[in-house]
Amino acid sequence: MQPFTTLTGNVAPLDRANVDTDQIIPKQFLKRIERTGFGQFLFFDWRFLPDGSPDPAFELNQPIRQGASILLARRNFGCGSSREHAPWALADYGFRSVIAPTFADIFFNNCFQNGMVPVKLDESDVEELFRRAAAAEAAGQAYRLTVDLQTCLVHDDGGFSRSFTVDPFRRHCLLEGLDNIALSLKHVDQITAWENAHGLAPLQGNAT
Amino acid sequence: MVPPTERLDGTTPWPCPSPAATLRVRAPGSRSIGADGAPTSPAIDPSMPAPRTLLDKIWDDHLVCSPDGEQPLIYIDRHLVHEVTSAQAFEGLRVAGRRVRRPEATFATPDHNIPTTDRSLPIADPISKQQIDTLRANCREFGIRLFDLGDANQGIVHVIGPELGITQPGMTIVCGDSHTATHGALGALAFGIGTSEVEHVLAAQTLRQSKPKSFEVRVEGELYPGVTAKDLVLYIIGRLTTEGGAGYVIEYTGPCIRRLGMEERMTVCNMSIEAGARAGMIAPDQITFDYLRGRDLVPKDFDRAVARWETLPSDAGARYDRSETFSGGDVVPQVTWGTNPAQVVGVDATVPDPASMTDPSDRSSAARALEYMGLQAGTPIAAIPIDRVFIGSCTNSRIEDLRAAAGVVRGHQVASRVRAMVVPGSGRVKRQAEAEGLDRVFTAAGFEWREAGCSMCLGMNPDTLAPGERCASTSNRNFEGRQGKGGRTHLVSPAMAAAAAVTGHFTDIRQWRYH
Repeated sequence: MQPFTTLTGNVAPLDRANVDTDQIIPKQFLKRIERTGFGQFLFFDWRFLPDGSPDPAFELNQPIRQGASILLARRNFGCGSSREHAPWALADYGFRSVIAPTFADIFFNNCFQNGMVPVKLDESDVEELFRRAAAAEAAGQAYRLTVDLQTCLVHDDGGFSRSFTVDPFRRHCLLEGLDNIALSLKHVDQITAWENAHGLAPLQGNAT
Repeated sequence: MVPPTERLDGTTPWPCPSPAATLRVRAPGSRSIGADGAPTSPAIDPSMPAPRTLLDKIWDDHLVCSPDGEQPLIYIDRHLVHEVTSAQAFEGLRVAGRRVRRPEATFATPDHNIPTTDRSLPIADPISKQQIDTLRANCREFGIRLFDLGDANQGIVHVIGPELGITQPGMTIVCGDSHTATHGALGALAFGIGTSEVEHVLAAQTLRQSKPKSFEVRVEGELYPGVTAKDLVLYIIGRLTTEGGAGYVIEYTGPCIRRLGMEERMTVCNMSIEAGARAGMIAPDQITFDYLRGRDLVPKDFDRAVARWETLPSDAGARYDRSETFSGGDVVPQVTWGTNPAQVVGVDATVPDPASMTDPSDRSSAARALEYMGLQAGTPIAAIPIDRVFIGSCTNSRIEDLRAAAGVVRGHQVASRVRAMVVPGSGRVKRQAEAEGLDRVFTAAGFEWREAGCSMCLGMNPDTLAPGERCASTSNRNFEGRQGKGGRTHLVSPAMAAAAAVTGHFTDIRQWRYH
C-alpha cells in the first residue's frame, strides 16, 4: 500500500450532507473485477448530463477544482453500502484525503485500506474551511490545505490549524505503507491457538 | 412452527466452536425470564465477572489477540461471499500466493448482478457474465462452496444464510455487503466489510476491529394490526436519523421485539445499517431455536448447542453505551418520501415542508429530495400515484413477506397504470411459495413472478426503474438513482406495496378490504 505521510494539495468543496455510496459510485459500475479504473465513474450521475457530457453545474467539474487531492464535505459522508469501490473511485480520481464532520463507519474503515486519510473535524471547523475555500476561489485560486499524518494536523497558509485523531495502529500502517494481511499473519500462532481452543479441526494442509 | 422441509444432501454440518472459558455456562434449572420475556442469565453473583451484553459475550469469545499498539484481531466464524465484492479479494490472494484459510467457513452465491428471468439462458450483459464466471472460477480454485445459478439453494446471500442454518447464535459473520446486519436477528454479530477486508478474512479468518459501542433500542408494547416489522424499523430510523447509530452495534430488546417472528427480526436487523449502525442484533430465544432446528448446517447435537446459545442473552444489569426506548403502539404504516430511509412519515401523513425544519442542513436535504422525487410539500402520502411495485430484497422477500402480500392481493387486480413484480429471496422461498399457491395469487392479479436475486433493490441487473418512474418497494434504500438513474423509490412493507399495486397509489393497509 502506498504510504501516507503528509499531503499538500488543492481542496474541492462538496457542500452536501449525507453523500451516499450510490452517488459516489453508482452500482452499474460495480461490475468490474479489477481494483482500478473507477475514477472515471466517480459521482457519475451528478457529474454527467444524460447525453454523457460533463454537467458544468456540478461542483467537481468547475475548472478551479481540477487536480484537487482533498475533498471537503459535510456530515455523514459515505453513508450506505460497504462497497470499497467508493474509496477506489475517489483515489483513482485523485483524492487522497476526505475532510468531513462525520463519516459512515464502513466507508471510514475502507479509506484506510487504500492509503487514504479520512479526517473528522468539528462542524464549526468544517464550516470555516468551506468559508476559506469560497474566499480563495472568489480570488481566482484553488484553496490549498496540508493534511499531515505525522503530526495529525490539518493546516493552511492562512492561519488555520486543527488537530485530528486517528487510531494509532491505522496511522502507523498508513505511515509505513504496511501490508495489513502480512501484519496479521504474524499472529498466525495465536489464530491457530484460538481455533484449537474452540475445537476447530486442524487446517487441511493449506500453508499461510 | 413448521420445521424446514428441505435439507442439503449428504452434508456434514460445520462444527460449532465449543464454548470458551469466558462464556459463563448457565447452571441447570436456573433459567429465569426477564421483564421483556427473554430468557436471562442467572442473577448477579458478586463473585462472578461484571454483567455483560450479548455484544460483550460474542466479542470476548472471538478476541484472538489484542497486541500493544495494534487493533485487536477477532475470529470470524462465517464468511459469506457474493460476486460483486469478491473478485478483487481473490485476485489479491492469488497475487500474494495465499490460500483461503478456512474454505469450510466460507459460503458463496451470486445474487446482485444476476437476471431474475429465464436462467437457462446465458447472462446477456458480458460484464455481468464475467463477474459471475469469475466467482465460479474463484470458488473452484479456492475450494469454496458455491450455491450457483441452477442450484436449488441459490438466493440472496442474507436469505440463504439463515435458511440453511449457516447463521447461528453467538457467531461472528461477515460479508462484503452492508446488509450482513440481517444475520444479527439470530443473535450473531454480523456486519458488512469492504473488499480489502474480505481478502483479509479469506487469508487469515480474522478481522482487525476496534470494539464497537453498544446501543440498546428497546421497544415496549406491541404493533397494531397492519403494522409490521418493516414499519417499526423505518419508524426507528426516522427517529435516529441515518447517522444516529454510527459507531454502535444496536441490540433490539423489549416485549415488542420478543413478539416478532424470526423473519420479522431479520427485517429489523437488516435495516440497522440505514440508521448508521454497524450491526443490529436480537438475543436468541425459543423462537430462534425453533427456527433453526432441523436446518441443514446446524450442529448435529442441537440440544447441546441450544444449551450453549441460552447463555448468550445480555445479563441483567449489563450496561449499554446508549439506550433509547420506543413504543410499538406509536407506529403506523410507514412510507419514505425522500432520498434516504430517515426521510419517512406515516401513510396517513403529508409530504413534509422543508421550511418547517429547524436544521438548515435538513432543510436543504429535504428540498433537494422533494425536487428529485417530484413531490410537493403538503401532498397527502395516500394521494401519491405509483408506476412500479417491487416486492423483494434481503429486507422483505421471505415466505412470510410473500404470504402477507398475497393476502392483500387475493381477489384483486394490479391497477392498469402499474407494473408490479415479486422476487422471492431464494430458490427455497420460491418453491415454498409455489407449494402454497402464492405465485398463482400474484400472477392472477397481474404481478410478474421472478427467480431469486437482489433484482430491483439496486439497479445493477436488468431490473431497473426508468427515469421518473415512482416505485413502491420493499427494499432498504431510496437513495437517488438507487433503482435506476432518475428512479423514485418509496420504501414500504410488503402489505403496503401490494396494496399500492392494486389501488395505483399509496394506501393505508389498516383499512384494506381482504377477500
